[in-house]
Amino acid sequence: MEKLLEVEHLTKTFTLGSVISRVRITAVDDISFYIKPAEIFALAGESGCGKSTTARIIMGFEHATSGTIIHSGKKEAKNEKVWFTEGIQAIFQDPFATFNPLRMVEQYFFETIQNYKLAKSKREAIERIDAKLRLVGLTYEDLAGKYPSEFSGGQLQRISIARALLTDPQLIIADEPVSMVDASLRMSIVNLFKQLRDELGVSVLYITHDLATAYYVCDRIAIMFRGKIVEMGTVEQVLMAPKHPYTQLLRASIPEADTAHRWQGEIRLSDTEQDEYLRQGCRFAGRCPMVMDVCRRVTPPQFDVDGALVACHLYAETKQ
Amino acid sequence: MKLFRDLLRDYRFAFAFGVLCILVAFALLSFFSPYDPSRWGQVPRDLRPSAQHWLGTDSNGQDIFWTATFAVRNSLIIAVIAGVVSRIIAVIVGMVAGYKGGTWDRVLMFFSDSLLVIPLFLIIVMMAMLIRASLNLVTLGLLLAFFGWAWDARLIRSQILSLREREFTQTAILSGASTFKLVINEYMPYTTPLIFSTLINNMAWAIGLEITLAILGLLDLATPTLGTMLYWAINYQAILLGRWWWVMTPITLSVALFIALYWLSVSISEYLDPRTRVQRVGAG
Amino acid sequence: MKNNTILRTERLHAHYILDVYGKAKVIKAVNDVDLAIQEDEIYGIAGESGCGKSTLLKALAAAVEPPLRIISGRVTYRIAGAEVDVSTLTQEEKRKLRMEYIAYVPQGSMSVLNPVSRIRDTYRDFIESHISVHQKGEAFALAKEHLTELGLPVKILDAYPHQLSGGMRQRVTIALATLLKPRIIIGDEPTTALDVVVQRGVVQLLKDVQAKLKNTIVLVTHDMGVHANIADRIGIMYAGKIVEEAPTEKIFSAPTHPYTHYLINSLPKFGDKSPRESVPGSPPSLANLPTGCPFHPRCPHVMDICKQEMPGYTQVASNHKVACWLVGEGTHGKAA
Repeated sequence: MEKLLEVEHLTKTFTLGSVISRVRITAVDDISFYIKPAEIFALAGESGCGKSTTARIIMGFEHATSGTIIHSGKKEAKNEKVWFTEGIQAIFQDPFATFNPLRMVEQYFFETIQNYKLAKSKREAIERIDAKLRLVGLTYEDLAGKYPSEFSGGQLQRISIARALLTDPQLIIADEPVSMVDASLRMSIVNLFKQLRDELGVSVLYITHDLATAYYVCDRIAIMFRGKIVEMGTVEQVLMAPKHPYTQLLRASIPEADTAHRWQGEIRLSDTEQDEYLRQGCRFAGRCPMVMDVCRRVTPPQFDVDGALVACHLYAETKQ
Repeated sequence: MKLFRDLLRDYRFAFAFGVLCILVAFALLSFFSPYDPSRWGQVPRDLRPSAQHWLGTDSNGQDIFWTATFAVRNSLIIAVIAGVVSRIIAVIVGMVAGYKGGTWDRVLMFFSDSLLVIPLFLIIVMMAMLIRASLNLVTLGLLLAFFGWAWDARLIRSQILSLREREFTQTAILSGASTFKLVINEYMPYTTPLIFSTLINNMAWAIGLEITLAILGLLDLATPTLGTMLYWAINYQAILLGRWWWVMTPITLSVALFIALYWLSVSISEYLDPRTRVQRVGAG
Repeated sequence: MKNNTILRTERLHAHYILDVYGKAKVIKAVNDVDLAIQEDEIYGIAGESGCGKSTLLKALAAAVEPPLRIISGRVTYRIAGAEVDVSTLTQEEKRKLRMEYIAYVPQGSMSVLNPVSRIRDTYRDFIESHISVHQKGEAFALAKEHLTELGLPVKILDAYPHQLSGGMRQRVTIALATLLKPRIIIGDEPTTALDVVVQRGVVQLLKDVQAKLKNTIVLVTHDMGVHANIADRIGIMYAGKIVEEAPTEKIFSAPTHPYTHYLINSLPKFGDKSPRESVPGSPPSLANLPTGCPFHPRCPHVMDICKQEMPGYTQVASNHKVACWLVGEGTHGKAA
């Protein structure tokens, strides 16, 4: 099977606190996944689950403590801050922070073209910019001479995608791309991802906490909890028939815009996050309704359950 | 030009700019001076202001009006040298320390902190005494520049540190920008107001220190500056003898210069402040 | 019929009047809003960012400060059976009403909880500034009792805010806001920055509080899912106007205004991968509103009259009113 990006045993630890009381937090704990060409892959979970750290490592803004990242068969070169920005581009959460508010938006487009030598003349550059902007439903005229504050959040996010497309990347990393965009405009962004996948064969690593849009737009999904991938498979498998108790809780907690499906029953919340990071064994054990003895001692490995990977001792009987 | 028109709407800027223009014009008059500022006894001593000597004459036999034109010019030269050179040091140190971080940061901040904790005034006095023979306008400016950058480098560093975490830094990196381009294109617009306001503050500081050093008699007293003018006035007991025109001229000029520089600094930094700038950009 | 309206606005206009380098700029954040919020009701206000919903809350909470100004219309509370116009209250009266009669829960808890003092000290300061406490420890006992009632662990009183998780902080803030059993609770996106599981916990707490106190909650959020789970009635706000108002079930089952229609249908649902569309175009700037119906530049059913005149409300069913020319020429509000 062809793989565009492979992440193997990625681990990232941060050290918090002073010299006296040092706490090591494993933000990303030995995770492995891959992304196929022309696929939208979701890395989903709550804040602090390590999904954004993973994205930052892949983008090269952060160094992994251990583990490898392989892009189109090439390994990450060490000591190189940006190792393959031509093939991998990114868009960010806050469209208003993506561009410097004191600079005109088009400058980023011209600079990308200049830095990667994508055009020979100014006219050619504008043609290329215009072509990419048309993919997201805008034109160069909409952009020329304007500052970020003159656009709406949804427009800026589309402009951001167009900028990412300038280098013809095979993979776009989208870190919470719609969480700060108005609900009524979200679909226009996620539909773009579908369109890019289907028409240009671009893969998207979709980092999100929003499982509903993930279900709508993604092919496969990995659910992260406190640095670990607890469940991974197709969105149908993971979201329509969740197997890990955490995924089940997450799935049940999503407020559905349907008055027939109001929340039932009460839930338990964790009081502090650090405890769960430092916990031995399964990190969900403290809140899991089906907790067993083994959960508190042994970190569960990933079991293959009907094609999906589930890291939970409940599925230990099935073949590994 | 729009920038200038916007700024002129601020009364503080308009006033400060006007005063500064007058002072600069005044300093430029020195090129047409009928007297040589380094020679004494060219005019009768201790004359009150009159049609012939607008601001009177002093006990050294110099015309105060024309001497003052040289004094303002020379003080401004010292201030500009000190301000500009120390800004260059501060910007380079602050940006490298802020962006590179790690060892660079630690070493550079060690130097700047060292300059901040030593008793600056005493050191400058000592240095001035040591190199008094070769102390001219340029070397004095450089001496002040060397001691005037540390705090501002820290300010710039802290600003870069926070800018580095903003998402547009990542956008620029993904656009393939080199570190140099990143700093110039992305961070400079934010640091410019800081550089401007500290430049003007630093110039005011340099003028003040020059006056102090001159009154202590540590400078070349034959070169007229605002400081040396005051030195001679004090030396000849001008206040006691009622020669107010001699004392008041450098004092009035210094005060005008200080107020003008201060208001200029306040209004420009307010105008260039990124928050208000973003508002104006949005308002078209 | 007994009058149960506790919070009412009448033809309320609230604008920001700014001075941007000599040029006056008017931001029309709230335009002609009529609300009649009942006792024992959770009223949801839904809308996108920049639709004026936070400004409306400020007006409802009697926290109008320059540059925001009430241009016309009024906000009234019903206190002890009598309607009181908020604009006639003095600063001191407003201060007394705040937290005792009307409480405010903001999006972030950090503006409420002092980061350098323990939760118990924040509670004590709060209690002592509102009710006279005679004995030492009485405030603490009161705080403890209140937390137990809401099912929150009492040990959090000894913690500093940064030691608590975001969800716990938000619940502590809600507990604080409800300590004096206010008749109205106003929540400005109280769950927006939270994770889904935590959000559910916070919504659960709000519902519990409301069920206990039988008071009124006005909840602003852009998350239709939260509205579906908690609100009794929903007002859809667009460009400073309430364009549709109906019981929650009606809003979701029979959205009538084209904007509401888009809002509901653009939400992804589990088990349904059919393509969904966003509302075309972008929300208008409140500083530069289009003429007529503010939605007309984005509306797929736009007619000539929409560009010229703002439609009044039409009562399409009991409790369900819509401001749209598609559903006939309603008269303003009071028609039904």
